[in-house]
Amino acid sequence: MISQRIITAFALAVSLTAMATQTAAAEDAPPRQKWSFAGPFGIYDQAQLQRGFKIYKEVCSTCHSIKLLAFRNLADPGGPGFTEAQATAIASGFQVTDGPNDQGQMFQRPGTLADHFPPPFPNDQAARAALGGKLPPDMSVLAKARSHEWGFPQFVIDAFIDYQEDGPDYIHAILNGYTDPPAGFALPPGGQYNRYFPTGAIGMPKPLTDGQVEYTDGTPATVDQYGRDVAAFLMWAAEPTLNARKRLGFQVMLFLIVLTGLLYFTKKKVWHDVHHPELTGSQPPA
Amino acid sequence: MSGHSTYQPQSPFMQWMERRLPIVSLVYSSFVAYPTPRNLNYWWTFGGILAFMLGVQIVTGVVLAMHYTPHVDYAFNSVESIMRDVNYGWLLRYLHANGAAFFFVAVYAHIARGMYYGSYKEPREVLWILGVILFLLMVVTGFMGYVLPWGQMSFWAATVITNLFSALPGVGEPIVTWLWGGFAVGNPTLNRFYSLHYLLPFVIAGVVVLHIWALHMVGQNNPTGVEPKTEKDTLVFTPYATVKDSFFMGVFCLFYAWFVFYLPNYLGHSDNYIMANPGQTPTHIVPEWYYLPFYAILRAIPSKLLGVTALASSIIILAFLPWLDTSRVRSANYRPLYRQFLLIFFAAVIGLGYLGSQEPSGGYVIAARILTVYYFGFFLVILPLLGLFEKTKPLPNSISEAVLAAPPSGAKA
Repeated sequence: MISQRIITAFALAVSLTAMATQTAAAEDAPPRQKWSFAGPFGIYDQAQLQRGFKIYKEVCSTCHSIKLLAFRNLADPGGPGFTEAQATAIASGFQVTDGPNDQGQMFQRPGTLADHFPPPFPNDQAARAALGGKLPPDMSVLAKARSHEWGFPQFVIDAFIDYQEDGPDYIHAILNGYTDPPAGFALPPGGQYNRYFPTGAIGMPKPLTDGQVEYTDGTPATVDQYGRDVAAFLMWAAEPTLNARKRLGFQVMLFLIVLTGLLYFTKKKVWHDVHHPELTGSQPPA
Repeated sequence: MSGHSTYQPQSPFMQWMERRLPIVSLVYSSFVAYPTPRNLNYWWTFGGILAFMLGVQIVTGVVLAMHYTPHVDYAFNSVESIMRDVNYGWLLRYLHANGAAFFFVAVYAHIARGMYYGSYKEPREVLWILGVILFLLMVVTGFMGYVLPWGQMSFWAATVITNLFSALPGVGEPIVTWLWGGFAVGNPTLNRFYSLHYLLPFVIAGVVVLHIWALHMVGQNNPTGVEPKTEKDTLVFTPYATVKDSFFMGVFCLFYAWFVFYLPNYLGHSDNYIMANPGQTPTHIVPEWYYLPFYAILRAIPSKLLGVTALASSIIILAFLPWLDTSRVRSANYRPLYRQFLLIFFAAVIGLGYLGSQEPSGGYVIAARILTVYYFGFFLVILPLLGLFEKTKPLPNSISEAVLAAPPSGAKA
């Protein structure tokens, strides 16, 4: 019975997908941005991660949790580069639920480096209840959980040009994609039109406006810049070991190139007599 | 063929050992003195690469298992904890996830080589069937491994694939319930998949031993398909095959490392970074790329039972290849028509792979049906008839004659 229901759900999903493809033709591909962490040598820009964190803290964190991120991560190498003292100060600005204590009661206390970022709502149902039935996705791995189907041949080219940034590109595009709906677009109640959202109708109201978050380092306070900064921060939250990965990757590639090169010449030398028996007159042992 | 061991232990201890457990002479005769045809090309290096990849998967997998929690509430976060908190956990996981993909790259190259050079023909039928069993075991193991991170694609792939059994008349529903350990994919399903995902690689390792044993009974095929006749036709395994395999393994590892370090999520699906949610179906359920041709065959057929039968048959039919191919000539280099049909077959499989990744609608379904017909027609019609009618090119008298007739590069595919 239940499996039949699941099959029906699957069939429904397939047919919905087919419909989605037809609408997807109208949906725009997220414009590709320049990222400091793109390419084989790209690493995170500390100042950008700090700006992105500021946007997350002041804007996104009102609704979106980031449960897998711990305060200690803010001071980890390859991250936004806060000092341990700064990270401790940030942590103590958050109230986390702990307990039960000796009296069997849960209690609130300031956060420490070991704590994870507390979610804005006590549970998913509370979030739905407060936000018109929609659950804002957790942002811990959001930048790796979103992508765009580029299709053939672009997906083949991307393997050669080392393109792995669909997630941040998509987040930046969404934050800059609030426009008036095209004529004839039926916007469901409570929905906002966003030209980069798969269905076109997104639940989240436009979260950022120019000048909303104050930058102290002279970076332009525009939605375009905010989008880039917070997307970079979310990429780091999703992939905090990217810098270490690319560093080790370069060492491994160099090692493999040298090793394979040496093996190539060894192979040539070993096989020389096989390919040129006339030069030595001797046959290799069989 | 000078098959037998020439190993003579020198030291008293090795002589003592040799009389009790001749393991050193076994290794010596299998990987040092073993005669290999002198004209093997680089397509013959994938066997060694596959053994290497199995080792990589087992070593990384055992360490990952130390940190993984097979429970629906914790699995997703335990994988993320491996990525964030375990020393070099990101490296282990990316090596393992991309390792599965490159394992399949190597196995497809290995199978394609076997088909091109007729490596399945007498006396290598058992060797070939063991290979088909290994491929089936890999498919099952890879599928179960994909379920373990418990993302959206994990959950829905498990749901769709286990549901295929419900197509069996009468026993289908009970079998699916039995597979799940419940009335939907849930915690018991995840637990048993984890248990089997740990078990099956060792079954694979056991069958690999049989595969190598069978190989050493009958010897390797070669690009001419003519058996070695004299010592001039062969070279000892070490150093010749060893160094050639090592070099190409280095080339293979460069591609593997490119993906592990620079495109670690390219071959995966972004939806698998969303925790499994039974209440929300992803807009587009797709398996990993290495199953796409078979997925396309499944979807090409409107009847569910027939689709599942076609899916299973598409792999099992490989086991009958030695008897479906009626030609006495092994290598496609001497079978001009077979070569054409086989290259079209390879293109059809790649085409099915592409169609498997697309929405099953309109022209895509028709294209998938045409390619599915060709897939089965190749085995069931073309191969049996071709052996009867094809005019083959004259075979060389021996490997050394073929090698001397053409420059070494001429023997390549």
